[in-house]
Amino acid sequence: MLSNTSMLLYVLVTAAAVIMTRGFTFLLFPAGKQTPKVILFLGQALPCALMALLIVYCLKNTSPLLYPYGLPEAIAIAAVILLHLWKKNNLLSIAGGTAFYMILVQFVF
Amino acid sequence: MKTASRVLKDLKSAFPRTVPILLGYLFLGIAFGILLTDKGYHWLWAVFMGLVVYAGMGQFVAVNMLFPGVNFLNAFLLQLTLNARHIFYGLSMLEKFKIMGKRKPYMIFALTDETYSLLCSAKAPEGIDEKNFFFFIALLDHGYWILGCALGGLIGSLLTFNTTGIDFIMTALFITIAVDQWRETKNHIPVLSGFACALLCLLVFGASHFIIPALLCITVCLLLLRKPIEKREAKEKAAIREVDTDAL
Repeated sequence: MLSNTSMLLYVLVTAAAVIMTRGFTFLLFPAGKQTPKVILFLGQALPCALMALLIVYCLKNTSPLLYPYGLPEAIAIAAVILLHLWKKNNLLSIAGGTAFYMILVQFVF
Repeated sequence: MKTASRVLKDLKSAFPRTVPILLGYLFLGIAFGILLTDKGYHWLWAVFMGLVVYAGMGQFVAVNMLFPGVNFLNAFLLQLTLNARHIFYGLSMLEKFKIMGKRKPYMIFALTDETYSLLCSAKAPEGIDEKNFFFFIALLDHGYWILGCALGGLIGSLLTFNTTGIDFIMTALFITIAVDQWRETKNHIPVLSGFACALLCLLVFGASHFIIPALLCITVCLLLLRKPIEKREAKEKAAIREVDTDAL
């Protein structure tokens, strides 16, 4: 185990790295100056693209080649999408989809 | 008194947005608290990390590296690469955070994956102060995370019900946001390039190393497709304007 002092230093080093990544962009393009148009364009186009990346990130350890072939994920994702298109209620889609997925992985597959 | 009740109203309007994060962060935070206290550390360390580091993936990796003689410089560099995706989140918040005033540094500090995904599409309902609305979304999420870390450290070992699969909650959150985004626009080039780049990089670089290549690939892709994307945006805006004038 690390001593309290080392642990404190370790946590602060970790925190410093995280805050540097979060603040980097804002330091590079300060609010007082005109932000380049290409950066504004990226800022607008990125949310949709990054949401796709986050979804893939969540599923990165799902293997379509090994049992259960990613079936629970595929079925639950379809359920979330259908529920969301139908009821348009974020909470319901998220809670319903997750409960459904838990049933699938705990009892079905 | 009047301002206090207004602020409370803003808080109440932000809260429902954050409920999915409440569930997700409590669960993840509890898992983190258990992990850290299992290593012999006091539960207050879990709370402290939740307070000052506030990064799910970052904290889990930090605990996994937590051995006597850990090299701080290595840990620092690893955290930089692990969290590099936040650089890209900032790009979408440059304009949004301009209104935040004194609270802007906190908003930047608290920009996790999940808060980012909420803020991307967040618009304050009518009569609600947008500054407070954004701020409370960020603050509530942070609070849930700290609470989860504390609970995990304190009572984690008492939890016995089967939580297998509960981590799907974050997947479901991102999917509903993607569906909302899909419905809001006819310009699907960004999301499709996002999926294509992410899947391609996952195949090429593998599950543990694909995030940074994917981020770069997405950026290049969007820049190359800038003309068609902007053309479609302009077309859509024109169509909306037409509908507006028709309604008049």
